[in-house]
Amino acid sequence: MSDFIEIKNLVKRFDISGGLLEEIRFKGGIHRKKTVVHALNGVSFGIKKGETVSVVGESGCGKSTLARCVIRIYRPESGEVFYNGKRVDNLSSAAIKPWRAKMQMVFQDPYASLNPRMTVYQTLLEPIRFHFRDVSRSEADDRVAAVMKQVGVDPDWRKRYPHEFSGGQRQRISLARALAVKPEFIIADEPIAALDVSIQAQILNLFMDLQAEQGLTYLFISHDLSVVEHISNRVVVMYLGSLCEFAGTEQLYTAPKHPYTRALLSAIPQFGSEGFNHMRLPGDVPTPINLPSGCVFHGRCPHADERCRREIPAPITEADGRVVACHGVEEGRLEWL
Amino acid sequence: MQKQEPLLSVRELSVAFKMRGGVLTAVDGVSFDLDRSQRLGLVGESGAGKSVTGFAILNLVSRPGYIAGGHVFFEGRDLATFSEEEMRNIRGNRISMIFQDPMMTLNPVLTIGQQMVETLKAHRHISKHEAEKIALNKLQKVAIPSPEKRLTQYPHEFSGGMRQRIVIAIALLTSPSLIIADEPTTALDVTIQADIMELLLNLCEEEKMALLLITHDLAVVSQVAERIAVMYAGRIAELGSTEAIVNAPQHPYTQGLLKALPQKVERRKRLNQIPGSMPSLQERPPGCAFYDRCELRGEICHRESPRLVEKNAGLVACHMVKDTTGKEEK
Amino acid sequence: MKLFKKITASNLFYNFLRDPMAIGSATVLLFLLVASFGAPLFTSHNPYDQTTIDIMDAELPPIWTGAADADSRFLLGTDPQGRDMLSTMLYGMRVSVLIGAGAVVLQSLIGIIIGLIAGYKGGRLEALLMRLADVQLSFSTYMVAIFISAVFQGIFGMGVYSDYALGLLILVIGFAEWPQYARTVRASVMAEKNKEYVEAARVIGLPQRRIMFRHILPNTMTPVLVISTVQMANAIMSEAALSFIGLGMPPSQPSLGSLIKSGFDYIASGSWWISLFPGIALVVLILSINLLGDWLRDYLNPKLYKD
Repeated sequence: MSDFIEIKNLVKRFDISGGLLEEIRFKGGIHRKKTVVHALNGVSFGIKKGETVSVVGESGCGKSTLARCVIRIYRPESGEVFYNGKRVDNLSSAAIKPWRAKMQMVFQDPYASLNPRMTVYQTLLEPIRFHFRDVSRSEADDRVAAVMKQVGVDPDWRKRYPHEFSGGQRQRISLARALAVKPEFIIADEPIAALDVSIQAQILNLFMDLQAEQGLTYLFISHDLSVVEHISNRVVVMYLGSLCEFAGTEQLYTAPKHPYTRALLSAIPQFGSEGFNHMRLPGDVPTPINLPSGCVFHGRCPHADERCRREIPAPITEADGRVVACHGVEEGRLEWL
Repeated sequence: MQKQEPLLSVRELSVAFKMRGGVLTAVDGVSFDLDRSQRLGLVGESGAGKSVTGFAILNLVSRPGYIAGGHVFFEGRDLATFSEEEMRNIRGNRISMIFQDPMMTLNPVLTIGQQMVETLKAHRHISKHEAEKIALNKLQKVAIPSPEKRLTQYPHEFSGGMRQRIVIAIALLTSPSLIIADEPTTALDVTIQADIMELLLNLCEEEKMALLLITHDLAVVSQVAERIAVMYAGRIAELGSTEAIVNAPQHPYTQGLLKALPQKVERRKRLNQIPGSMPSLQERPPGCAFYDRCELRGEICHRESPRLVEKNAGLVACHMVKDTTGKEEK
Repeated sequence: MKLFKKITASNLFYNFLRDPMAIGSATVLLFLLVASFGAPLFTSHNPYDQTTIDIMDAELPPIWTGAADADSRFLLGTDPQGRDMLSTMLYGMRVSVLIGAGAVVLQSLIGIIIGLIAGYKGGRLEALLMRLADVQLSFSTYMVAIFISAVFQGIFGMGVYSDYALGLLILVIGFAEWPQYARTVRASVMAEKNKEYVEAARVIGLPQRRIMFRHILPNTMTPVLVISTVQMANAIMSEAALSFIGLGMPPSQPSLGSLIKSGFDYIASGSWWISLFPGIALVVLILSINLLGDWLRDYLNPKLYKD
């Protein structure tokens, strides 16, 4: 089966140097110096129809930027995004409109993702009226009620404003707004990170139920490794804007290959186990402004050698479909292989 | 068994907030003990009252909140009777506090060294030189590389994880007998979180300090604490040894939380969710606050709020839990 | 009825009722507004009606002074043209408030649109618009106003000027102060536009204009409301100042400022009331607006929020 969503070599940089005046440096004559954040450095992977692919990584690894590049809130510097074989990243604002209804997004912060001055009804009606111009008012009303029921929010509350709802309910409404245009593909950026433990399970169940009912495809962004393990078919591990490893959930969690994946998985808080037994990484995550040469992970990797410091590892696809970007794995010199 | 006097004894502590709609009780008669060099985890959802409890122990509840009742005994003395002057001598000296955001403790315009020396000199009559020696020693204890150089640096020159280590070093300065840590690793990444938690655990053991760990993360608390108190809607729902809570939770809320963990069901299957959500401060019912979400609820639960009593291996506040040890409920 | 209920149940109203300063200044302001806009209904004299004015009544003192020429028809005395002080003042305040309100509406319209575009679009357009605002701000309001009024009077003569003075003053004061709004709106647009609800609107594919006006604009109205009170007071002051130097409202249709000016020439001759009463009215008006604005700012600023 070919990929439903294909992401090829996405590169995204942010210029944070501010105005012209702040760029000018006087070191050895006058010249302009730009400060650039390298948020994504060529990330590629594919998502099959109806599956859940999760992206995990620590803060600053570029996972949220990736989500926003795929849904085109950001324009990537280079790279391509294909939806069902059709390239969508280079379409004009007008040409992309039909795809806007097929790809939707759910955000992290349930307090910021709903317009505080719009009622639930207005929030949900807007996308329906915009994408389905020929739908009558009463049909649109019915659809608002239907999506509210779908996500478990009483349609009688449609006249209420977001501040009248709890965090979990707002996240349901956020999901309803995405569902209102009948999408096939939903990107969820940390949708449960801001919620309380007892509510997280409710929202995750809602996501899984909707997928089962409507055959939705998910790109799920999260830092919670146990949640990702539970809901994903395949998992992408990212570090500092680069893909480290991409494999099936079972494969990845039982036999991680990339040294960073191993360290990350060992640090998951284990419920009921006393004390700690995680791999300790030396140093801190470097800033994405001055990327390290070679492999982005080499400064903290206990297995880094001369080649890792010099040469950027290419992602290599193995026979079982796993993708790993690591010289050590390629050379077979890591002891756990 | 002869039981020695606990280091910290919280008795029927209540904290209320004066709001427009009247007085709202955020913490409602919370009682627990913490022995010397023991680690107690206080877990609960946001709004359960766990952080407010931490602040109330140090008499740091700010307006419109106030301590509405109860006592806090620390080293045998009632902190409620202390003057503000005496409290200052306890805070940051005998009891240190670590917050989620290191910048709540760190002053951005002073070097780490200046802040550490200042803290020490506020509580001890020692020279600057001696203070610096102690500061250096504590920085080494929290495994900060090249501590001499670090003393002259400002907080913004450190990463989030390093800052939290410095906050821990500052907390250690006066060799307190109790550390209250309020969500100390929530803002940090998993790999850093594990490092910091392990550090805190080891330091408590080495220095014979007691720890009150306030967090929403059950897994983290089970790795660090010896006893766990689960809070729900301003009250303690269950209190017991970590082993008992992990293996045989008694309160339906605790049971629900543990059952809802993703590890408990097969991959890609529905999780065991608890329906509904915790009632907000304004809508606490007269009976058990968990009533609406509870599977075991009975007629009495709606009328009467359950008291925290000893049942089986721990303390639990639930009418429906049966005590099978044969001891009669008092 | 529903709206009334909504207002009385709101936090704003609750907070208002607990602030004696807010209640006091609102009461005074309301009284002044009713008195000035309702002036034709309950004043005995119409200062705009030339036929009722008798130059022989000029400069009569207030009745309580007990002076021989005090006239029981004129409570606060009369002005140099023989008009009743009280009615002229109330009509004058109406003119002042109208100019202030008109100028604020104009300022906010220009400022909000420019601030919204600059904040949302960013880049070169933003730089251009905001530098334009800086340039505008570097000219003082009075300088611009004096220049335009003087040129207008010079070209068209006093007669035409008198006919268009009200509109011209609104235009001049309104145009001089728009950067205040542009800056405020731009700052809050920049804070709002990165919020997730705006990203959600973009993911839906809504056109930029709809996102700007339907989603972002309503969420930037709080600071606009706060500066509007200050700007209103400022505009009234500007008008009074311009009138005082003779570039504002003509004597035939006086504002508070021009009344103060017309009395100023007679202070030396002992006719103090002509300047004093409009002066007091102006101070009370400005003070009540500013105090109400202060309360609103404290209430709406979440950092200062106290129950």
